[in-house]
Amino acid sequence: MNALLAQHRVESAERFAGEYPIVIEGLTNRFGKQVVHEDLSLKVRRGEILGVVGGSGSGKSVLMRSIIGLQRPAQGMVEVFGKSMTDADPDENIGVRSRWGVLFQGGALFSTLTVGENVEVPLKQFYPELSEELLHEIARYKVRLSGLPEDATSKYPSQLSGGMRKRAGLARALALDPELLFLDEPTAGLDPIGAAAFDRLTRELTDTLGLTVFLITHDLDTLYEICDRVAVLADKRVIAVGTIPELLATDHQWIQEYFNGPRGRAASQSKERVEAAREGGKAPASGNGPASGKAMDKPAESGD
Amino acid sequence: MREWAEYSIEEGGEGGSVLALSGPLVVSSVGLLDRELRALQGQLARVDLARVDAIDTVGAWIAWRVARDCGAEITGASKEALILIEAVRTSASTAAIAPPHVPILVRVPESVGTMVSNFGHGAIQLLGFLGAILVASGGIIRHPSRFRLRALVRQLELVGVDSLGIIGLMSFLIGIVIAQQGAVQLRQFGAEIYTINLTGRLSLRELGVLMTAIMVAGRSGSAFAAQIGTMKLTEEVDAMRTIGVSPIEALVIPRILAAVLMMPLLGFFAAVLSIIGGACLADLSLDIPFYTFLSRIQEVVPLHDVWVGLVKAPVFGLIVALAGCYQGMQVKSNSEEVGRRTTMAVVQAIFMVIVLDAFFAVFFTEIGWA
Repeated sequence: MNALLAQHRVESAERFAGEYPIVIEGLTNRFGKQVVHEDLSLKVRRGEILGVVGGSGSGKSVLMRSIIGLQRPAQGMVEVFGKSMTDADPDENIGVRSRWGVLFQGGALFSTLTVGENVEVPLKQFYPELSEELLHEIARYKVRLSGLPEDATSKYPSQLSGGMRKRAGLARALALDPELLFLDEPTAGLDPIGAAAFDRLTRELTDTLGLTVFLITHDLDTLYEICDRVAVLADKRVIAVGTIPELLATDHQWIQEYFNGPRGRAASQSKERVEAAREGGKAPASGNGPASGKAMDKPAESGD
Repeated sequence: MREWAEYSIEEGGEGGSVLALSGPLVVSSVGLLDRELRALQGQLARVDLARVDAIDTVGAWIAWRVARDCGAEITGASKEALILIEAVRTSASTAAIAPPHVPILVRVPESVGTMVSNFGHGAIQLLGFLGAILVASGGIIRHPSRFRLRALVRQLELVGVDSLGIIGLMSFLIGIVIAQQGAVQLRQFGAEIYTINLTGRLSLRELGVLMTAIMVAGRSGSAFAAQIGTMKLTEEVDAMRTIGVSPIEALVIPRILAAVLMMPLLGFFAAVLSIIGGACLADLSLDIPFYTFLSRIQEVVPLHDVWVGLVKAPVFGLIVALAGCYQGMQVKSNSEEVGRRTTMAVVQAIFMVIVLDAFFAVFFTEIGWA
């Protein structure tokens, strides 16, 4: 048992108790002469789904990569769970890495492993003491938890459709029961039914597992349906953070065009229709899943 | 220090034993608990979670599994724990993680069979590939405007100009080795002067072109396979087809032409450099002056040696480029395939070049160019 203990690289299993799992201050990113972010600041609250929007090329993915340590910023500070990601050696952050899950745009599954084996990779990496049987059991229920059918577990990524690959990527991101989930355009390229199901799944998982979600999206329905707050990326910084009504109250031109364009209005109306239908049907719990009682984890107030 | 989940069993009591779990029941703390619980035998009445202070889905799974296997009910669970247990209960599955393992007695004959059928299949596909190239060439000859001069020039640079340095250095060193080793042997007959014949003829006839072909296979053949293979994976090749651009015309023909055109030049360049290498060594350690070496080359090397090298070179170039492009176009499904096909392209190219070189050696001797 001591031998097993000695090889652990993850020290504690303590959950983050502070208010802001992600804190970014004065972040500047440059590629050569092109400045992507300049003096960008953002705080993500514990237990919220934060939607990140911005025009194509506004640096949403780069922002995510800076937070998870794949892109070293030119300047500024990024803290995850109160630990700096910018000046520490990547190996020192191993404890932080075991507490987040990342879903990349294309799924980024390991193509030579089956879906089940993909889910097992992070578990094996961080917790070598887990027995083979337990690994298999975890992989099986995570695959189903992500909304995939049972028989997808033993399939290779190349045998899956785009939507299923995203779900498989989500299963791998959830493998370690992370507190923090990064989703990069999870619903892009899914059919509307699949996208709505993915939204519901994200909300359910967030409520069930008490996750904090950093969600990059272009999908207005996703923003209206599941995001607690929305951060708008423009002019190389976060120009506004808040609930959608709060953002609509600002008079920034890009925000107005974004939410009041034809697509924005359609999404807003569909949200209203859904809510009207819910009230009309007298659904007792107006929540978004089995765990709407878990709303106490969500911030009661909103906006900065 | 890490905290581990623990358990205790209270025997007896009304209704049976109670398994009490305590401590954090999360992924980082349950590894050892799980091993011990697996060894547990017999029935339990209850699984008690009252003393669990943190839980995640892995902990919930273990509690639920123990309860299921021992026919127990779960008590003392917090609201959070109940939600998680419900979530894992509805997600339980018995699916296989990997496709079923095939026993060796089945696997070996199967893979031999697959190899044989693939060989036949591969031969047909190669023939189809050659056909496609001929058709595309015919199309280009009829409509010369479709020819991609830019792509060709780019490939000429990549295959030819960019490899001058490495091929030159390699040939220079080979020239030194031939001259030095030859001189050691020939000295025994007092025939050191024949080092010049040896270096000159060997470089121009055989080694210049052969070593260049091997280098081009490693440098450019592999690049062809990897580039085209990656383009297949990212659906660029399919995109070309839908726009009406033939991938054979746009990708394959410029590469093949570049290799065919560049190989004679590179081969000749290599031969010249290895003669210079030999001359340098002769000047330094054999007391044959540099210019004497070069002027003797003119006298002792028959002109047909140069032709032998120059005839072989484009054929070798064709083989290297064909193998690279063909393997690249065969890539399907995943990134592992790109690596495998690239390796195959290089191995096949080098193998075919050496086989053909042997054939050429016999052929040229038979027609009197000895």
